[in-house]
Amino acid sequence: MKKNSKQDLLWIYRKMKTSRYFEERMEKAYLEGKQPVFNIGAGPVPGEMHLSNGQEPAAASMIVNLTKDDTVTATHRPHHQAIAKGVDLKKMTAEIFGKKTGLGKGKGGHMHLFDPIVKFSCGGIVGAGIPHAVGAALANKKKGTDRVAVAFIGEGAVNSGAFHESMNLAALWNLPLVVVVEDNSWGISVSKKNSTCVPTNDVRAAAYGIKGYGVRDNDPLKMYEVSKEAVERARKGEGPSIIEIETYRYLGHFQGDPELYRPKDEVSKLRAKDPIERLKKYLLEETLASEEDLRVLDQEIMKEVDNAYEFAINSAYPEPEEALEDVFV
Amino acid sequence: MPFDRTRMTINYLTMEATKQITRKLTGSKAMAQALEQEMNRDKNIFIMGEDVGKYGGIFGSTTGLYEKFGQERIMDTPISETGFIGAAIGAAAEGLRPIVELMFVDFHGVVMDQIYNHMAKIPYMSGGSVKLPIVLLTAVGGGYSDAAQHSQTLYASFGHLPGMKVVAPTFPNDIKGMLISAIRDDNPVVFMFHKTLQGLGWMDQLDASLGPVPEEVYTTPLDKAKVVREGKDVTIVGVQMMTVEALKAADKLVERGIDAEVIDLRSIKPIDKETLLKSVAKTGRMVVVDEDYYSYGITAEVSAIVASEGFKHLKAPIARLAIPDVPIPYSRVLEKYVIPDANDIINAVENMVTY
Ligand SMILES: Cc1ncc(C[n+]2csc(CCOP(=O)(O)OP(=O)(O)O)c2C)c(N)n1
Repeated sequence: MKKNSKQDLLWIYRKMKTSRYFEERMEKAYLEGKQPVFNIGAGPVPGEMHLSNGQEPAAASMIVNLTKDDTVTATHRPHHQAIAKGVDLKKMTAEIFGKKTGLGKGKGGHMHLFDPIVKFSCGGIVGAGIPHAVGAALANKKKGTDRVAVAFIGEGAVNSGAFHESMNLAALWNLPLVVVVEDNSWGISVSKKNSTCVPTNDVRAAAYGIKGYGVRDNDPLKMYEVSKEAVERARKGEGPSIIEIETYRYLGHFQGDPELYRPKDEVSKLRAKDPIERLKKYLLEETLASEEDLRVLDQEIMKEVDNAYEFAINSAYPEPEEALEDVFV
Repeated sequence: MPFDRTRMTINYLTMEATKQITRKLTGSKAMAQALEQEMNRDKNIFIMGEDVGKYGGIFGSTTGLYEKFGQERIMDTPISETGFIGAAIGAAAEGLRPIVELMFVDFHGVVMDQIYNHMAKIPYMSGGSVKLPIVLLTAVGGGYSDAAQHSQTLYASFGHLPGMKVVAPTFPNDIKGMLISAIRDDNPVVFMFHKTLQGLGWMDQLDASLGPVPEEVYTTPLDKAKVVREGKDVTIVGVQMMTVEALKAADKLVERGIDAEVIDLRSIKPIDKETLLKSVAKTGRMVVVDEDYYSYGITAEVSAIVASEGFKHLKAPIARLAIPDVPIPYSRVLEKYVIPDANDIINAVENMVTY
């Protein structure tokens, strides 16, 4: 690891921690009003909830290489990606609570977060964000900027038609695009083995004549290194690439998922290799940070997240009639 | 012996004494039972879809089937809707009888070409020489804050396109009977089931999602609406959750001296004009309630049928309640505002009787 990466690594640590703490609070907030009897529509945060605990390296170690002006399209599991991209945390949390102060005035919800200021979007239809990133990359190229676009997807989305069409377009037009495949082994209950004909998706890059990278075992350092290269290549006009990172899904597909399809000890084994703990260990060993530095940082992070929740909880709901606004702008 | 429950009312207490075993089942159990019984009967039937295997379908429609029939006949697919729903067309043309599940109807966008340009049109374009006996199962409906891309019903989007039968039963016994009919039909049938009516432990618990279902195999027609409550003052037409809301409204209207008839449409395509017209001939007033969008939707279709073929019976303009042409918002207050409910129906009826 190069010396000048200290700032980057601390940034990655901060974003991973922020995301983890945000999700841990969300897990609790989501369960409010849903106990003892779980009802998906009840409580202050109703609807489906897809949390990203364990998947932080995929987002933070990539996005550290981006600026505010680079575009990110994300998935139905978008919080870690949004937090790393610098989406306004207060407005994002308020959106998830269905409040008027939210990014979408309460109309979007957790799967539909849009923050054009930092060029972030996500959506509930698997694979749908990939062509949007192709379009952003196309726009960047047409405008003659060196900005890039990054599409985050799950390994399940690689089997959608949208993926193949988009990759061919990006390669054909030599666009500044990087697709990050977050391989958490599962598409709801369907394992990667049962959905995908090749063991890793980086090899699929060959089908489009582009570069493919694989990152094993949720490694935040390796992900950083590889992402840096892929983003630099894209910026220099050397074309698109695919990065697949093996990552961990600690929780159910959505909250309330009975997870009967999953081996009982899978999650505990994954948690034992937690990527945040691994990065922390590295930072300390390499004396890039002291215990005290990280303790202070953790406190800052908790404060930022707590403030966002407080803002969300204290914000007002929209008036019912506001449902009729914003159809046309 | 197959029998027709079309003319039965919803008052199960007076259900005729039968020798068959009748159990109370949820919507999802009724579906799973229909699928199992038909799969036992016909080896050509198989099921494909996302999470239909061990998971048993996100909304429980294939619960227990993987354990009974194995992965050859209950096939989990990758997230490749164009691929596997398109494959159903090819397999059906070869003589198999595929049942495919599109997890949420909202996802039809990625596969609509296969559905409406191919599944729906090939039988016609081939002059009837190619049969496509496919059942497309799909979950519809909102009301639990799943937002714009996971809450739609899209009844009318499918009903608009020729070449597919489109059904949306409400109660468990209709769910079973209509699913068996759909499987036996030689045409493509879009079978829409409402999430909230599946009787799932993790959603709202509704009385309507649990009901008596005969254990024996029976069919229910795919082209008949059902009068689920008889009345003389006003006809309320609903589909799925809107039928449930209409029944709630009808109970409240009694207190105000109004006797409402409630029709559960069940079949979106073909639509049962006869039942609609017969009812309006009796009541002279009609409210149509839909959990789909307002413009060009079921409320428009039913109103047009009654206005053009039953005009002489009308004592008041027809009232239409539907989602007011906005995507379905996430926040509970907003969603509640756009989806019609019993109160909206009561208001519409009251305005109508004083017309
Ligand atoms: C087109 C489409 N098909 C199906 C779904 C339902 N669905 C939502 S998430 C998901 C699994 C996605 O798996 P993956 O892409 O690996 O992402 P993960 O959930 O593991 O993060 C499925 C099947 C959907 N939202 N969109």
